[in-house]
Amino acid sequence: MSNDHILVVDQLMMRFGGIIAVGGLSFTAKHGEITALIGPNGAGKTTVFNCITGFYRPSGGELRLTHPGGATFQLEKLNDFRICKIAKVARTFQNIRLFPGMTALENLMVAQHNALMRASGMTFLGLFGVPSWRAAEQRAIDRAKFWLDRVGLIARADDAAGNLPYGDQRRLEIARAMCTEPALLCLDEPAAGLNARESAGLNELLLSIRAEHGTSVLLIEHDMSVVMEISDHVIVLDHGTKIADGTPRAVRDDPKVIAAYLGVEDDEVAAVERELGQ
Amino acid sequence: MVSPVPAAVASAANATGVAKAGIAFILKKSLISALVALVLFSLMIGVRTDVGTAGQLVYWTRFGELAAIVGAVFVGSILVELLRGWFGPREGVQLPQGVQRGLSWAGRLIGPAALVFALLLPVIFYDQRYILDLAILVLTYIMLGWGLNVVVGLAGLLDLGYVAFYAVGAYSYALLATNFGLSFWICLPLAGILAAFWGILLGFPVLRLRGDYLAIVTLAFGEIIRLVLLNWQDLTGGPNGISGIPRPTLFGIPLSSGEDGLAALLGIEFSPTHRIVFLFYLILALALITNWVTIRLRRLPIGRAWEAMREDEVACRALGINITTTKLTAFATGAMFGGFAGAFFATRQGFISPESFTFHESALVLAIVVLGGMGSQLGVAIAAVTLIGGFELFRGLDQYRMLVFGMAMVLLMIWRPRGLVGHRAPTVFLEHNRAIAADMVKEGRG
Repeated sequence: MSNDHILVVDQLMMRFGGIIAVGGLSFTAKHGEITALIGPNGAGKTTVFNCITGFYRPSGGELRLTHPGGATFQLEKLNDFRICKIAKVARTFQNIRLFPGMTALENLMVAQHNALMRASGMTFLGLFGVPSWRAAEQRAIDRAKFWLDRVGLIARADDAAGNLPYGDQRRLEIARAMCTEPALLCLDEPAAGLNARESAGLNELLLSIRAEHGTSVLLIEHDMSVVMEISDHVIVLDHGTKIADGTPRAVRDDPKVIAAYLGVEDDEVAAVERELGQ
Repeated sequence: MVSPVPAAVASAANATGVAKAGIAFILKKSLISALVALVLFSLMIGVRTDVGTAGQLVYWTRFGELAAIVGAVFVGSILVELLRGWFGPREGVQLPQGVQRGLSWAGRLIGPAALVFALLLPVIFYDQRYILDLAILVLTYIMLGWGLNVVVGLAGLLDLGYVAFYAVGAYSYALLATNFGLSFWICLPLAGILAAFWGILLGFPVLRLRGDYLAIVTLAFGEIIRLVLLNWQDLTGGPNGISGIPRPTLFGIPLSSGEDGLAALLGIEFSPTHRIVFLFYLILALALITNWVTIRLRRLPIGRAWEAMREDEVACRALGINITTTKLTAFATGAMFGGFAGAFFATRQGFISPESFTFHESALVLAIVVLGGMGSQLGVAIAAVTLIGGFELFRGLDQYRMLVFGMAMVLLMIWRPRGLVGHRAPTVFLEHNRAIAADMVKEGRG
């Protein structure tokens, strides 16, 4: 594979006991692009996400991540927190997982844990308030402020995250993921539960993340207005396998995709069966 | 005896509007409680057996007592429900702005006022040995509470075996001092390090455990340490404990009546109170160091990671936080403070035995943390004063002490379910340092 792919998924397989959630899935995501992963409920989208972000260890296959700088990582061999720490893959969750009892600002500070941990000399320098630590902390607060401003939450920086309205929580979670300075940002249904206006705002945010920060985005989404408007590349899953792959327009007109989403007429099934000679 | 109760309930409901719990609900709940009491006590109290004159089994019934107990349970549960309605957390009750501002001012002053009082305490009560001893005891529990607060309050890991680290600290100092003649000031950090080491050892097997399972394993760990201390006769002296533990010195100057003692050096008359006062300031300093370190740690990435782990462990992993080291550092830090407190306990008592490190101590320290409000430094301090002071206050009640005490705790938890100081102060803020309401903050599941 050439170097312009940030993520190459090769024959990814995920089994849960006898159930094959993802069976031999292959796709690629390009640098600086927004790649959407769509499919009906139960198609295995979130399972793919959990494999990429280290929450599941794949039963088989390869997940190769290439940074813009050229460093490559085999994600199936890294696990857990290292995927975010070393391979720089950040994610959000389908059901928002903020730290509800911490303020919005604190949420973004926690996201910068690894950088701050180094700056605080593994806590020991920080304990005595060494100037270099203070400077690093100020930089972290500035970064958090930048992202709070970007998602329009700067006025609510000191409010508990659990107190924010639903749409704000969604955006705060994206800001938190961006504070880890990811190379690949994985968003699990970022538009779920958003109204039309908020959804449009999300589109704008994601497009600007791509344009200004060069962050590649991989997203799962049901909201077709989001998928069709912002994604450069769409991959359609059904029953754990890929059924279509291409530009949003091409995918939208693909009969297999329409069939997977809407089902097919009975006479069409009969026609196919006749063709197969049954 | 039942007939006046519904009338009382009705009037109370009318007067205060017990909206959440209707009369029918209260009566139903109380009836169920009474029924359970009837089943339980019919054998325990209703039938009394004894050995007759010829050695045969005789029994007789006590239905009167049984009825009294069941009635008491019925009335008691009605009362508890009513109290819950009156004092329980109510929505929509807003204090006037002025009162709120006054309260927040008072809240901010409690800490410094308590510190000044603590610093002056030996001066005020110089002649009252009993009060000084009690203050030392209270401060020891404040320190233990602050130590456990790191594990339970910040990291959200329920630890029922905290006394193990207290024991490790105490025995470390006792053994190092009696066997190798090391001074208190060298042994103190060693005791802390050893306790932290044991904290990490406990941490490893419980890394994957949560909630109840974590609690049970830590409970077992506490018992294992106690049983080892009890049975390893050669090293620990078994049930006889270790005696003749050296008293602390003021940087090498003993606080004794001898020629080289502090009193002789200063040219003042020797008094045994000097040592008590010295011990008081020693534990005060240790507790304040614990407090200072904990407050600093909360504002460092490690402390934020602890709290984030309490809030949502999965999200932490997604942000690249190593849960293993975060949990282990929480256990180690908490254990280290427990170890310091243990070393102090050993030097103060001069004698230690496994009897001082029973589960009861763990439960007491945990009660202090829970009652104080998990994660709150000030709350833990107030709770320690209340609990340990309360034990002493109710001493006159003899056998009813625990009963009164237990009831006081139940009432307090009904009134403030999240502890005395339930809200959480943010560790960093841009403009407004607003406290976060208790219902937002997670308790952690381990």
